[in-house]
Amino acid sequence: MGDVRNLIIIGSGPAGYTAAVYAARAQLNPLVFEGSVTAGGALMNTTDVENYPGFADGIMGPQLMEEMRKQADRFGAELVTDDVTAVDLNGDIKTVTDGSGNTHSAHAVVLAMGSGYRELGLENEKRLSGHGVSWCATCDGFFFRQQEIAVVGGGDTAAEEATFLTRFADKVYLIHRRDELRASKVMAERVLTNEKIEPVWNSQVVDVLGDDKVNGIVIEDTITGDTRELPVTGLFIAIGHDPRSELIAGQIDLDDEGYVLVDAPSTRTNLPGVFACGDLVDHTYRQAITAAGTGCSAALDAERFLADQ
Amino acid sequence: MGAPKIVSDASFSDDVLMSEKPVVVDFWAEWCGPCKMVAPILEEIASENDSIVIAKLNVDENPQTAASYGITSIPTMNVYSGGQVVKTIIGAKPKAALLADLAEYL
Repeated sequence: MGDVRNLIIIGSGPAGYTAAVYAARAQLNPLVFEGSVTAGGALMNTTDVENYPGFADGIMGPQLMEEMRKQADRFGAELVTDDVTAVDLNGDIKTVTDGSGNTHSAHAVVLAMGSGYRELGLENEKRLSGHGVSWCATCDGFFFRQQEIAVVGGGDTAAEEATFLTRFADKVYLIHRRDELRASKVMAERVLTNEKIEPVWNSQVVDVLGDDKVNGIVIEDTITGDTRELPVTGLFIAIGHDPRSELIAGQIDLDDEGYVLVDAPSTRTNLPGVFACGDLVDHTYRQAITAAGTGCSAALDAERFLADQ
Repeated sequence: MGAPKIVSDASFSDDVLMSEKPVVVDFWAEWCGPCKMVAPILEEIASENDSIVIAKLNVDENPQTAASYGITSIPTMNVYSGGQVVKTIIGAKPKAALLADLAEYL
């Protein structure tokens, strides 16, 4: 173990990078674990981000993250493309073990691990994952040219993916368990006016069909309980996210759904010197800008904590 | 050892199917975020291992090969040995996990 640093930041979405920008400008020399394959966070799998202030014409999600990364780098944040495999957040000196087995220590830690996509929980969903079942429309939409596919979900992600997938697919069923979308008005409007998208209301996916690739799904009407098959070759799942708090479970207070509990409006957790921000904390807003906002708060909270030590 | 080999629809048979060593083919595209994440990891594995060939096939430019192997998700990394697919790895993974998946060929 080397010297004890001021600050380690775990995570690299808008929350982690913004915390890194602020902490680096405050000369805290933060060490940032970006993740080996998750660097950049959830926005890496998106296309146009139209609502991040300052980009009047919109910006691509991956490019926005690249810009944030560069900004953190410019002020001297030490960015490491590796995972964190273990942490010990108790005590005055926190330790973090990386994917190569090296241990790092710091007086303060900012947690910004974000969230991971939620699965339907069906046996055949797992089996056919990568063979027609997908969680990434921007990655896999290309392979469904002139085919009929389905998106399941009713939020902004589902609406965005359904709209994006009409570039490739002939028809996109949007399957939602309620009778209206949860998505923002502008996204919902785009879905409902798109001729290629057919909403399937009050329905849930109960099985995925196919031997070595998807050739249909079974949906159940949530009101009548009737089931029927839809002959689709792709199923894109966008039913929400769960906080990526496995690493810290048992050490830090989480709520029933696994989100880190903080002393809002601060980002303080129940452990002194440990701060949490972004989607790891946020049930409610879950936007790039709110994640960036709480990332900023976490860096300022950490800076004050360190100054008081 | 060295850099990943770029393969195409035209060169696939010679470079992959006829290869004496097992070949890991990374099916990727420019617009795929997770593909960009896994690319540097594959470069490292390529530079550290002599017993396998790491190859990259751009699915945008080479749709035939991707279609004939039923690729519907990228990144997909297929391992070819003796002209046959002997292993399929789907999705970006950390280096340690990829090395574990490829252990029998390294």
